Amino acid sequence: MERLIYLDNAATTRVSSVALDAMLPFLKDRYGNPSSVYSVGRDAKKAIEDARSKVANALGAEPEEIYFTGSGTESNNWALKSAAELLKGKGKHIITSAIEHPAVQNTLKYLESLGYEITTLAVSQNGQISLTDLERSVRSDTIIISIMTANNEIGTILPAAEIGKIAKANGVLFHTDAVQAAGSIPIDVGEINADMLTISGHKLGGIKGVGALYIKKGIKLPPLIHGGGQERGERSGTENVAGIAALAAALEYKVSRLPLTDIAKKRDRLITELLKIPKSALTGDPINRLPGIASFVFEAIEGESMLLMLDHFGICASSGSACSSGSLDPSHVLLAIGLPHEIAHGSLRLSLSDEITDDDIDYVVEKLTDVVSKLRKMSPVWHE
Amino acid sequence: MYSDKVMEHFANPRNVGELESPSAVGEVGNAKCGDIMKIFLKIEDDVITDVSFKTFGCGAAVATSSMATELVKGKTLKEALNITNKAVTEALDGLPSEKLHCSVLAEQAIRAAITDYYKQKAIDPLPIVGCDLKCDGCAG
Ligand SMILES: Cc1ncc(COP(=O)(O)O)c(C=O)c1O
Repeated sequence: MERLIYLDNAATTRVSSVALDAMLPFLKDRYGNPSSVYSVGRDAKKAIEDARSKVANALGAEPEEIYFTGSGTESNNWALKSAAELLKGKGKHIITSAIEHPAVQNTLKYLESLGYEITTLAVSQNGQISLTDLERSVRSDTIIISIMTANNEIGTILPAAEIGKIAKANGVLFHTDAVQAAGSIPIDVGEINADMLTISGHKLGGIKGVGALYIKKGIKLPPLIHGGGQERGERSGTENVAGIAALAAALEYKVSRLPLTDIAKKRDRLITELLKIPKSALTGDPINRLPGIASFVFEAIEGESMLLMLDHFGICASSGSACSSGSLDPSHVLLAIGLPHEIAHGSLRLSLSDEITDDDIDYVVEKLTDVVSKLRKMSPVWHE
Repeated sequence: MYSDKVMEHFANPRNVGELESPSAVGEVGNAKCGDIMKIFLKIEDDVITDVSFKTFGCGAAVATSSMATELVKGKTLKEALNITNKAVTEALDGLPSEKLHCSVLAEQAIRAAITDYYKQKAIDPLPIVGCDLKCDGCAG
């Protein structure tokens, strides 16, 4: 019971020690407002510019193309709402995928209520869009393609470079939500032709409540947040200096450790072992998959009860079942990959960090196997 | 979010499984909605002498099933029919509001089982139990 095995790194991560070291000075001694002229203020300003360079470096961008925000959610809102506003003269058609995070999905729903037209591309069982579908969906009034770099629930990595190529060829802006991908797989904004790209601090060892948006040079995105003119007038609000320093240090560190071969190996062992459980299945793409995400469905049991039993063994995981999300439907991602409701209720996501040991994997396989069998014994829909 | 009582019943559910030769069985909910409760009753002289359950569902669904079986054990059918979802919830020191439908399911499962019993006895359950238990739709 003492043991804690945190396998929910796609929900949030521990603040990495490099990030903590990078941020602490700005909470303790160098707490000045970055807009002030005296030295503690200038120190803070310099920290932000250093962070900007680091983030730019990690993404293959120029420092002036990076803007810090208050979250991944805000970055997505900004990119989509402001690009829609900027380009409304050209058209009002936006293309997206069926497996986006709510931060994209609900922002687009809002734009739809304002008169924009949204085309949502279906995905395959692996969570992949069809590039042919994408090409066919582009119209003369299409202004934005927003498709995530990698999915948070099933770990599928989407073909960003190909999507970017199609966007570019058609003169359409390409936004990609890279919140789960950044720091987990290599990202180069030039290679994928991204015009806007979202990242978030707390998914990669930074802190919660800080994000960034890459905006390609030459795109004059109107601000979402108006005020004192910070971030070159593009995003007002006194900067979260410590959080920004943490995000940059954490991202730089994670990128320096790519590829995450060791984590991927542990993920694969989890997958191999857990698929030995009868009536279990992997969700998401078996090959084009984030190194840290192993996601499953187990028939005849419900996700939340799995989570509660795993919690009893000190294992933290998550599920897309209705009862875990507090709604009556299982996650839209699981439904989009074609799972029937009753199967989707039995979903489980295990997301790894470099803290997970081989021993932890053994322990989780043992406990989870027991949990599934215990719940099935209790289930009226399970038949041996 | 769950009370200690709910967690305790979830971790150590009472009366799990299928009775050998039950006098009546009631099943409510559906897998599409994410919860199914099945209750097995042994009834002698209108008294519930034994009870068990099987549940597919979340922590609250398991805990309410467990508590409901505890509450009906030893009761007459009439007493059992008077056990409301509110009583089940209160016995568990409350449920988060989004889980209240699970307690409704427990009440309905008991009613379904008693309906089954009367039907076997060729007694019209409608005037006694009060509903025909068409419980489709995910709102519970
Ligand atoms: C793919 C994806 N996009 C966006 C977000 C939102 O980021 P934040 O929590 O920083 O608002 C998340 C995290 O929940 C995510 O997984």
